[in-house]
Amino acid sequence: MPPSADAPDLAVRTQGLSKAFGGRAVVRDLDLAVPRGAVYGFLGPNGSGKTTTIRMLLGLVGADAGSIEVLGAPIPEGARTVLPRVGALVEGPGFHPYFTGRANLERLDRLDASADPAGSAARIGAALDRVGLASAAGKKFRQYSLGMKQRLAIAAALLVPRDLLVLDEPTNGLDPQGTREIRALVASLGAEGVTVLISSHLLSEIEQVCSHLGIMNTGRLVAQGRVEELRAAQTTTTIVTTARPDAAGAVLRRLGLSEVTVSGEGASGIPTGQRPADIVAALVADGVPVDGFGTRRPSLEDLFVELTGEGFDVDG
Amino acid sequence: MASFLRALRSELRLIAGRRRNQVGLLVLMSLPVLIAIATKESTRHGGDNRGGPDFFDQITSNGLFVALAALGVEIGLFLPMALALISGDAIAGEAQTGTLRYVLTVPVGRVRLLAVKYAALLLAGLLACAAVAFTGGVVGAALFGTGSATTLSGSQIGVGATVWRILLATLYVAAGMAAVAAIGLFLSTLTEQPIAVVVMVMVVIAGSWILDAIPQVAWLHPWLVVDRWPAFADLMRDPPRWGTIRAGLGVDAAYAVVFLLAAWARFTSKDITS
Ligand SMILES: Nc1ncnc2c1ncn2[C@@H]1O[C@H](COP(=O)(O)OP(=O)(O)OP(=O)(O)O)[C@@H](O)[C@H]1O
Ligand SMILES: [Mg+2]
Repeated sequence: MPPSADAPDLAVRTQGLSKAFGGRAVVRDLDLAVPRGAVYGFLGPNGSGKTTTIRMLLGLVGADAGSIEVLGAPIPEGARTVLPRVGALVEGPGFHPYFTGRANLERLDRLDASADPAGSAARIGAALDRVGLASAAGKKFRQYSLGMKQRLAIAAALLVPRDLLVLDEPTNGLDPQGTREIRALVASLGAEGVTVLISSHLLSEIEQVCSHLGIMNTGRLVAQGRVEELRAAQTTTTIVTTARPDAAGAVLRRLGLSEVTVSGEGASGIPTGQRPADIVAALVADGVPVDGFGTRRPSLEDLFVELTGEGFDVDG
Repeated sequence: MASFLRALRSELRLIAGRRRNQVGLLVLMSLPVLIAIATKESTRHGGDNRGGPDFFDQITSNGLFVALAALGVEIGLFLPMALALISGDAIAGEAQTGTLRYVLTVPVGRVRLLAVKYAALLLAGLLACAAVAFTGGVVGAALFGTGSATTLSGSQIGVGATVWRILLATLYVAAGMAAVAAIGLFLSTLTEQPIAVVVMVMVVIAGSWILDAIPQVAWLHPWLVVDRWPAFADLMRDPPRWGTIRAGLGVDAAYAVVFLLAAWARFTSKDITS
């Protein structure tokens, strides 16, 4: 499908997507836009509806309202044609405990009608290599550690070359080393041109690899866009450290900064177009002894917390 | 078609590779051995003879009848139980282990998955019945020898004809298991607890046997799935009573169709949240 004017080439696009479980809205009016080639960080606190959204994208759960397009095909109608190009990890690994890692991958491979039977062993070997499980492939799944299980699930998602990877909390249960490896893997897949939709409730875990972010809160998408755009939209604060906070505050107000606050160590305000150099010049001209001058931009983490709230309790 | 067979092989490997199923098959196969040995012992000690066409009486004159006696015993509980167990694994079990969502996103179409699962259950049921009959035939022949057999109608048939009829009886019992598999597959789409499927299937089967034994509800008997299962004995009459066999197959097929349709309706519209 050719990219149209209003929608650049999107790997995933939902419009007005909604889902309720037993009368309780879990996903509400979701307009997801994941550009092709993006590494899209899908963030949200526990219970915000990430997994439910992902299940709908994969045709596992039916939507109550709205439309879904994955790689240009409508879901669930086009799932059969498009899902072979989509690798997925949904809510943790799921394998037969009494089968070895390799036998589990073999089973998934044999069920794939679009896979060439002759290349089965090579595909499985390559996928196991890629996640560093080659030497543990002969172990029963039940004997795997949590991290090994997670890796096997990622190997399954990489069994055949994919255009889109949907990874729901892929770093769950991994040690810091494993988390780093997954990040490196996602980055390398992104570099290969694979679109990656990766969910997490920890921004810090995926921030470094994401080109785009979508932030969910209680079933709604509260922010979405390129990481730089989200960052740029953040208001910066000018901070003056001085022995005469009141005088500094007066200067900032006179210059027209908004939300000027004065504290014991200095004053701060949000510039409304004033350049830092002019602010410093005005301060000096008024005889304010400037001990320190800086601008602070909130981190994405701050944005995330601001949008989703800091509360520990899960919204039931 | 080739990919369907590839998926079916993988499914059979899944069933056959499970230790519990291997042990289950051994249990099924041990019963005919028990029957043969017990009969040998009781004839040696001049034990009492039971009546009825349960083939126990014929065993001493022709060991092949152990196959039929064993089928007759196992059809009551063991064979349906075996089918209940593996049909519980089919969908509910995969939901419980979390493999269902990965199978469906391979992708395997839901209708196709049901077809593969049911085909595998059919073959597993056939294998179970054949294993019982085969073990019974072999052990019986070893302990009691073979020879011409006396049919329930009193006539004599040769060894070849006896084996042939035992083969038909096995297929007939397997048809009953096909109905159990369809019931189990449907129940399997309702829950994520395979053990719940086993319980529900056994409630249906045991309930049917109980109703089948209550004369006051005789009108209901022809509609019970189990009612004509023992009719495989009619294959040992001369000539075989094809009428009851046909009716029995008809009931089995009706149950299979109804429950497969129910499974289809349920599974294709179900939210997979496991
Ligand atoms: N099968 C279900 N039946 C009823 N409610 C459900 C079901 N599955 C999920 N929910 C509810 O939907 C909401 C969203 O769940 P979901 O699993 O999508 O959240 P999530 O964002 O993936 O959370 P987490 O970060 O904890 O994985 C939760 O409130 C949950 O209770
Ligand atoms: Mg989740």
